[in-house]
Amino acid sequence: MTSLKTLLRTAAAGLVFSIAAVALPAQADEQYFPLQSYRVGPYAAGGTGFFGGFIDYMNLINTRDGGVNGVKLTWDECETQYEVERGVECYERQKSRANAAAWNPLSVGIAYAMIDRIATDKVPLITVNHGRTDSTDGRVFPYVFPLLLNPYSETSGIVNYLASKEGSLENLKGKKIVVLYHGSPYGKETIPIYELLAQKYGFTVQQIEVPHPGNEQQSQWLTIRRAKPDYVVLRGWGVMNPVALKTAQKVGFPATKIVGNVWSNSEEDVIPAGDAAIGYTAITTQASGADYPIVKEIVASIYDKGLGNLEDKKRIGSVYHNLGIVNGILNVEAIRIAQEKFGKRTLTGDEVRWGFEHLKLDEAKVAALGAKDLFHSINVSWDNHEGEGYVTFQQWDGKKWNVVSDWIAPDWKLLRPIIEKSSEAYAKEKNIKIRTSAEAENVLN
Amino acid sequence: MAAITADRADGPDALAWVAPVAILIVAFTIVPLLGSNYLIEAIMLPFLALSLAGVGLNLLTGYAGQVSLGSAAFMAVGAFAAFNFNFRIDGLPLIVSVMLAGGVAAAVGIVFGLPSLRLKGFYLAVSTLAAQFFVQWALTKFGWFSNYNPSGVIDAPALSIAGIVFEGSVGRYYFALIIVTALTFFAWRVATSQTGRNFIAVRDNETAAKFIGVPVLKTKLLAFALSSFIIGVAGVLWAFAYLRTVEPAGFNLDRSFQILFIIIIGGLATIRGAFFGAALIVVFPVVLSRIGSFLLGDMFDSGVLDMSERIVLGALIIAFLILEPDGLAALGRRLWSRIRTKVGSPSEA
Amino acid sequence: MAESFDYLFFIEVLTGGLLSGVMYSLVAIGFVLIYKTSGVLNFAQGAMLLFAALTFVSLVERGVPFAVALGITFAVMVLMGITVERVVLRPLVNKPPITLFMATLGLSYVIEGAAQLLWGTQVHALDLGIEDIPFEFYGVFVSKFDLFASGVAAVMVAGLTLFFRYTRVGLSFRAVADDQFAALTVGLRLPRIWATVWAASGLVALVAGLLWGARSGVQFSLSLVVLKALPVLVLGGFDSIAGAIVGGLIIGASEKLAEVYVGEYFGGGIEGWFAYVLALAFLLVRPSGLFGQKLVERV
Repeated sequence: MTSLKTLLRTAAAGLVFSIAAVALPAQADEQYFPLQSYRVGPYAAGGTGFFGGFIDYMNLINTRDGGVNGVKLTWDECETQYEVERGVECYERQKSRANAAAWNPLSVGIAYAMIDRIATDKVPLITVNHGRTDSTDGRVFPYVFPLLLNPYSETSGIVNYLASKEGSLENLKGKKIVVLYHGSPYGKETIPIYELLAQKYGFTVQQIEVPHPGNEQQSQWLTIRRAKPDYVVLRGWGVMNPVALKTAQKVGFPATKIVGNVWSNSEEDVIPAGDAAIGYTAITTQASGADYPIVKEIVASIYDKGLGNLEDKKRIGSVYHNLGIVNGILNVEAIRIAQEKFGKRTLTGDEVRWGFEHLKLDEAKVAALGAKDLFHSINVSWDNHEGEGYVTFQQWDGKKWNVVSDWIAPDWKLLRPIIEKSSEAYAKEKNIKIRTSAEAENVLN
Repeated sequence: MAAITADRADGPDALAWVAPVAILIVAFTIVPLLGSNYLIEAIMLPFLALSLAGVGLNLLTGYAGQVSLGSAAFMAVGAFAAFNFNFRIDGLPLIVSVMLAGGVAAAVGIVFGLPSLRLKGFYLAVSTLAAQFFVQWALTKFGWFSNYNPSGVIDAPALSIAGIVFEGSVGRYYFALIIVTALTFFAWRVATSQTGRNFIAVRDNETAAKFIGVPVLKTKLLAFALSSFIIGVAGVLWAFAYLRTVEPAGFNLDRSFQILFIIIIGGLATIRGAFFGAALIVVFPVVLSRIGSFLLGDMFDSGVLDMSERIVLGALIIAFLILEPDGLAALGRRLWSRIRTKVGSPSEA
Repeated sequence: MAESFDYLFFIEVLTGGLLSGVMYSLVAIGFVLIYKTSGVLNFAQGAMLLFAALTFVSLVERGVPFAVALGITFAVMVLMGITVERVVLRPLVNKPPITLFMATLGLSYVIEGAAQLLWGTQVHALDLGIEDIPFEFYGVFVSKFDLFASGVAAVMVAGLTLFFRYTRVGLSFRAVADDQFAALTVGLRLPRIWATVWAASGLVALVAGLLWGARSGVQFSLSLVVLKALPVLVLGGFDSIAGAIVGGLIIGASEKLAEVYVGEYFGGGIEGWFAYVLALAFLLVRPSGLFGQKLVERV
């Protein structure tokens, strides 16, 4: 009996609170960022770092500048545990608060579930460094922004880096690359691009799958060792990464020949592998380290005043933390650019969308923001929502990441037709009219 | 199990019908009219899908006593099958695709249910895990299932029954509600028929059942088939009405456990148990996180709350198994009979 | 001309698989201990493994010396075992085994949540001091760490076997496993025995947790190793330690060999379900595993 009563009481309480949440009005001259964050579950390390960095940057803007042209940034968090239905529940809950600027779930599953919804609600969805590759095509996906890097560009960036290690793209001919990928759609996504590039440059590629979650990789690495490749690309996620490095050591494959992708590039991926990770290299769109002006500023203005979001100060400047900071820069600058056009006030979702579509930060502007060498540049346009992000590569020395490459550009020209083919098929399937640039300039209220 | 079954066709007892009919009226009219978008999108739709899955699993595990840890795999089969039928066969009405998808799930259910002819208890549970892992792998590996989508996800089509289009959150709610009502009624009919009694006989004492002439093999396979059919359709609802886009990872082992928890908490061997259990499972995390963020705000990590939720959920399972193994349904029944005694119904002792 | 079969590679994969299998057996033995004496299939074994590893690693990271941390963790696991027995299992004593299984399912959620609540959700490296550099044995690479783990497992199994055969407590375990009522008649205190069993199982979880944690890092998905132990149990029988070893070896070896040699026809990744399908196929021939007690239920 008690259980039923408790259930009824809690249900009633929940109902009351949900009504209350809906009824709360949004303040004027505030721009709201709903954060569908994840601080628990298997990917919590990445989540705490990323959302920590994002919040730190927004805090900086608020305390240092008083907001963006006087418009204060506000946010709240809703725990998703990286699960799709929680992400959806958070979305439905948070969208009742007015003036959401953009959604940043840092989860590909949640992002997919949101694509239809945000298109109806007309609020941008930012999927930095990941997401649905064909959402790069802004003609079909007006509200989705896979900023800086989509999976195809990432592949091209890695191949270009390997070419630079060999001397030139021609020297890739005859080389052997194994891609060890996570057994999920994310892992498989880039298989066609590797094949395309292999055909173009004359190297052989072998794809080997690691079933989720990747605790056991013995047979895969024995196969790799037998194949004797020149390089192994690690396209992992979560526990698969440290296990890969440890198993590589176990079978005697050198870590210096392993190159990791964007989701295998963080401290949390290498530290559990101990010294097996020394010499391992990984791609990144933002360099790690706390020496950049903006990071130093955050430490001085935010952490030294006790307002920092990361619990462990040693993680300041880590890959995920810096990704959060860069994401913060991109979101805030989009708002700033939109405000120049529409007025220095709270913006609607569609206005923010316009802002993102004009988010052009060249190296000079990036330096002015205090992020020189932290990330390279971005050049979003109405039909290119990725923004031509540059990548660099870092090598782990056992204690920290060290940049070992210049900024490299992926081969966007090569990839664009493939992306358009996929997005046009999506548009056909869903009966979406392909936008024109004139329509993109038009902002609804 | 204390009660043989909690749902008996009570015959001419009119009061027994009051509750279900009242609930249906509320569900069809009041909820969509007064309910906020949030209520429908984030609470009612997952509730409906999970309840239906619970109803299906209950037929198999509650009534027929065959433990299955792979229910999420059948949801996945249903969802992907419906997508493929709808996408590949032009002009096929959606509702036919849904029913065919249920049929495919039923067929897969029979295949993975075959071991039940020789295995019992844990061994059967472990073999249903084979279904779980194999199906998830197959759906991810073979791009054909998701139409070679580079991200392996399927997008839901527009929903329609017999030409009437159900769009918008209210529309999808009605779509789901109609299907759930129809299939729940169907399940109830099965449970109260001879088939249902056969299920219970097989569950309680297989040897005796065989002795009195129950066709044990056929009964078991029928349980798997019917249960998987319903769970498959529940998967379609989950994918089409609720999430609108789905990848195989969403139908993982955690989901299977979730459905099992639903029927344990709700009450095994009852139809309404699935609804009680699903209500708790859906509402509880939301309520907890709302209360938490309301009371504690920025002070506490949202993570702390969520770990607590995991603990409380596990503790609830244990508590229910110890204190009230017949679940919320039994609690509900006791409450209901107390009300009826007060009302003074003649059929109560 | 047909390619000559790469024997060295085959042996490498086989050896690696066998050693992996030993790791699985380690986890399975924890299950066996409990099942043997109380008929409960403890799904929470994986969560206990995670809890033990997390506790140990968090203590070490806070500066507690290795041996002390080990001792504290062991004490914690014993305490956990006793609590679980008293709070969860004793009230459910007469319920059907499947109810108990589902209770352990709930228990696994509780323990996983508690572990992360207490120690946080960060990933940790676990260093047991064994460098995982392979050494060569007639052209075959063998992992040093895996050999060490097998050594530990062997010692543990030997210890347990001696324990069961030659000590009083061990004998009483076997008595309870054989016939609970008879054991009661003879005067054995069941609750105390069960508490001891759970504590022993906690110790096994600790050892397995440390070895697995050192192998793949300590974080949340560590508790998923339980999913690999289940096919081992099915193959070897739920109540036989020898079966757990043999089952583990078979599953480990065939899984790895299948992934390498059969997997390419499927495009790889079959390791996730292969063990289960193998166990299933096996069950259809021998419904109670290799060494398990035959449940006679034919009509």
